[in-house]
Amino acid sequence: MSDPEVTDQLAREHGLSDHEIALIGEVLGRRPSFAELGIFSVMWSEHCSYKSSRRYLQKLPTKGACVVQGPGENAGVIDVGDGNVAVFKIESHNHPSYVEPHGGAATGVGGILRDIFTMGARPLASLDSLRFGPLDDPHQRYLVRGVVAGIGDYGNAFGCATVGGEVTFHPRYRKNVLVNAMNLGIARADQIFLAKAAGPGNPVIYVGSKTGRDGIHGASLLASAEFDADTDAKRPTVQLGDPFTEKLLLEACLEAMATGAVVGIQDMGAAGLTCSSFEMASRSGTGIEMDLDAVPQRESNMSAYELLLSESQERMLLVAEKGREQEIFAVFRKWDLDAAIVGRVTSDGHMRVRWHGQVVADVPVDPIAANAPVYDRPTARPADFEERQKLDLAQLAPESDPSAALLQLLASPNLCSREWVYRQYDQLVGSSTVLRPGGDAAVVRIPETERGLALTTDCNPRYCALDPYLGAQHAVAEAARNVAVTGARPLAVTNCLNFGSPERPEAMWEFAEATRGMGDACRALGLPITGGNVSFYNETAGEGAIPPTPTIGLVGILDDVTCAVPAAFRGAGDDVILLGETRSELGASEYLAVRHGIERGAPPALDLAAEQRLQKLLAAAAARRLMRSAHDCSDGGAALALAECAIRSGFGLDVALPATGLRPEVALFAESCARALVSCSPSNSAAFLALAREHGVPAARIGQTGGVRIRIAPGVDVSLPEAHDLWARTLPEALG
Amino acid sequence: MSAARVGVLVFPGSLDDRDMLRGLELCGAEAQFLWHKDARLPESLDGIGVPGGFSYGDYLRCGAMARFSPVMRAVLEFAQSGKPVLGVCNGFQILCEAGLLPGVLVRNRDLKYVCQDVRVAVEDPGKFRAELPAGRGLVMPVKHGEGAYVPDPDHKPRVAFRYVGGSPNGSTDDIAGVANAAGNVVGLMPHPEHATDPLLGSSDGGALLRSFLAACVAARTRR
Repeated sequence: MSDPEVTDQLAREHGLSDHEIALIGEVLGRRPSFAELGIFSVMWSEHCSYKSSRRYLQKLPTKGACVVQGPGENAGVIDVGDGNVAVFKIESHNHPSYVEPHGGAATGVGGILRDIFTMGARPLASLDSLRFGPLDDPHQRYLVRGVVAGIGDYGNAFGCATVGGEVTFHPRYRKNVLVNAMNLGIARADQIFLAKAAGPGNPVIYVGSKTGRDGIHGASLLASAEFDADTDAKRPTVQLGDPFTEKLLLEACLEAMATGAVVGIQDMGAAGLTCSSFEMASRSGTGIEMDLDAVPQRESNMSAYELLLSESQERMLLVAEKGREQEIFAVFRKWDLDAAIVGRVTSDGHMRVRWHGQVVADVPVDPIAANAPVYDRPTARPADFEERQKLDLAQLAPESDPSAALLQLLASPNLCSREWVYRQYDQLVGSSTVLRPGGDAAVVRIPETERGLALTTDCNPRYCALDPYLGAQHAVAEAARNVAVTGARPLAVTNCLNFGSPERPEAMWEFAEATRGMGDACRALGLPITGGNVSFYNETAGEGAIPPTPTIGLVGILDDVTCAVPAAFRGAGDDVILLGETRSELGASEYLAVRHGIERGAPPALDLAAEQRLQKLLAAAAARRLMRSAHDCSDGGAALALAECAIRSGFGLDVALPATGLRPEVALFAESCARALVSCSPSNSAAFLALAREHGVPAARIGQTGGVRIRIAPGVDVSLPEAHDLWARTLPEALG
Repeated sequence: MSAARVGVLVFPGSLDDRDMLRGLELCGAEAQFLWHKDARLPESLDGIGVPGGFSYGDYLRCGAMARFSPVMRAVLEFAQSGKPVLGVCNGFQILCEAGLLPGVLVRNRDLKYVCQDVRVAVEDPGKFRAELPAGRGLVMPVKHGEGAYVPDPDHKPRVAFRYVGGSPNGSTDDIAGVANAAGNVVGLMPHPEHATDPLLGSSDGGALLRSFLAACVAARTRR
């Protein structure tokens, strides 16, 4: 089969714009070959080039005392003491997971795991932030089951604990579900590996699975365009995952790195062999000569184009020191994995690709990798931006039955128990999991040390839909609070920015606002952003776009992991203390959405200085072991948080919320920021309250734990077993 | 008396091997890994642990491939000589497939992987009895997709552990673990190596691992 003739029309079908087609002509001084067209189309895809987002990402804060490696590598790296570093990142696999939920989610997990161990770190913990349409839609139930099984099947068989994440449902995710996978690994600070192709003459070695025809154009055609009526036909662009091979690849890569013969290494993820080789060469200012006939192949008669663009999973490209190839081969033989020299590093800055004895691509590296087109897309504030934030509480009927309201919230899909999801994940392999899923942040011990890391993912898409700037700030603040209630000190952020089409000015405005909010909040809280990814085109013809969803992954540290504080109560007779101030804020709340079907109003105001005072208080109190439990107060307000502490512990409570001048439903369900619920043994309450005063955090003892009822004045009095039952039943009943 | 010298098997796809090694060391053992391609065991080994995971990916029936590994012939002889062997989760599945324990493990009742803490009651753990009197309750996690035990119809199992309050997987008679007739081979689905530190939820697994090690030392002195 011969290559098709490269025409402008063919280039357009590859997703390239006329401007980009002209640019290719300038770079090459000629028309590209078919293989070269494939290279340009993936390298300049939105997914690989960040051409619409780059100018916004450049404004985010990326520096901080703990940062060892910021954005630009496979993952961010921070110092976590004792000579250890944490390597972490979050990444989306949204489009593939909609088209084929099991395979899409599984390979999303596989991809992020490779990003971590390609840097020399052993993966320690995974989190997954998932968004679906409403559960009453059978197709959504199919998607939830498939995605959760896919995450479990891959992570469980690979052997990395899944310790947290989030699952939310909203009609606007119906046609564009989100699967954001985060992983964190630990490496020694002096043994980090980077994706570089340094040292002309050094061999370029391909390791891992053989290359097949799966996943071709996953990055360019699937991830970089919105969905339409032909979406199902894109199923072949979804890759197939094999966690068993990935586990062998992990062990083999870490062992190969330990030989000292590895110069640089990069996983073959999006855009496969093309992207990995270009990025490695670009970072080192070198070139690569590659012979595609040497690539281990699973299928016969693969063309140069297919070999360059395949997104077959569980593959790595590494550059070794010349003369030490055999040390690398011995390791991969031991693990029964393929390893083959497929090229050499050169000094001329060109990518020269041979296939069947012919040069099929000869292109300069930098104009393609480092100097891809950058766009300043038009932005437009949605016309209804001000209108949708208007909410007149006086028009809202007073809550007639606060107990029923609480039970309804507890049973609602966004607030009910997530156990149906996380019990399908191995939460424990590695013997490091101190606080398991279901609380605020998970806490894992850093192996062989006294320290622990607290991990969370957060974003409230309703806040972001109503006000992307404030919503993104809330995502950062809530993530930091979730980490802080475990007693940890927030350290650094990774982000996964899920948005609609950047070619639509309203979506681009949402992106601009959300990144601005995220940057401002991170600067105020002293949190560097060490990397992440952008997922545009989460919209479907005729169905609209997802709510803007800038998911925040946040890592915090506990110097003494035995001080970690769980979210649930620990016993009867403990004092319950509410931290922070509740204001008359019901806009954008779960209460309004669930109880009244209203999704409007301004999200709660954010006081980042108060958030920081609260964080410092929680860390200090945890270090002095003054708290028995601590839980973030956010979605569903104080009443929901109190009920969760009771339900998850089996201990009831009897408290009265400070309700001065507030309507009962506001005192119970408002989602005001910078609040948390703490329980202390009575002998520690006075010391804790004094510490709160010192830190300038409003604190009120509101009652005690114990009994078999959830009593929250004003107006809530429900049976604990009944509340537990309603809360626990929703997902199993919907999903089986 | 010197510490028990134990080996932990490593197959491609073993996942809890490092945790089992560390758990056994915490309980006082001298532990080392045993590679699946090695047909010979080291001299003076007192016991063998077969860890959890997805050996060979477990794309076929769990444990069905691992039993053909070169190391397994040596493990078979080792067990037949009366030396203690402990199989956990995938290790239990492998010992059943290899014929060292009776019965077989099949897909969980609800066809889903399950990870949660369970309580088991000790019944007859063969020679692993040092800290495991009959009736003792142990809290340990399970994490598996194929943990429903089905006994061999011609061979009444010696039940070592039984789930309390119902099994998480549909095991026949709530069986969580069994011993062989000689009492030197024990397999179970719950993970003692993940329950050796109260910080991680439970330290009950330590009692089981120490009982295994005591059996290892006893078998050595008898030689």
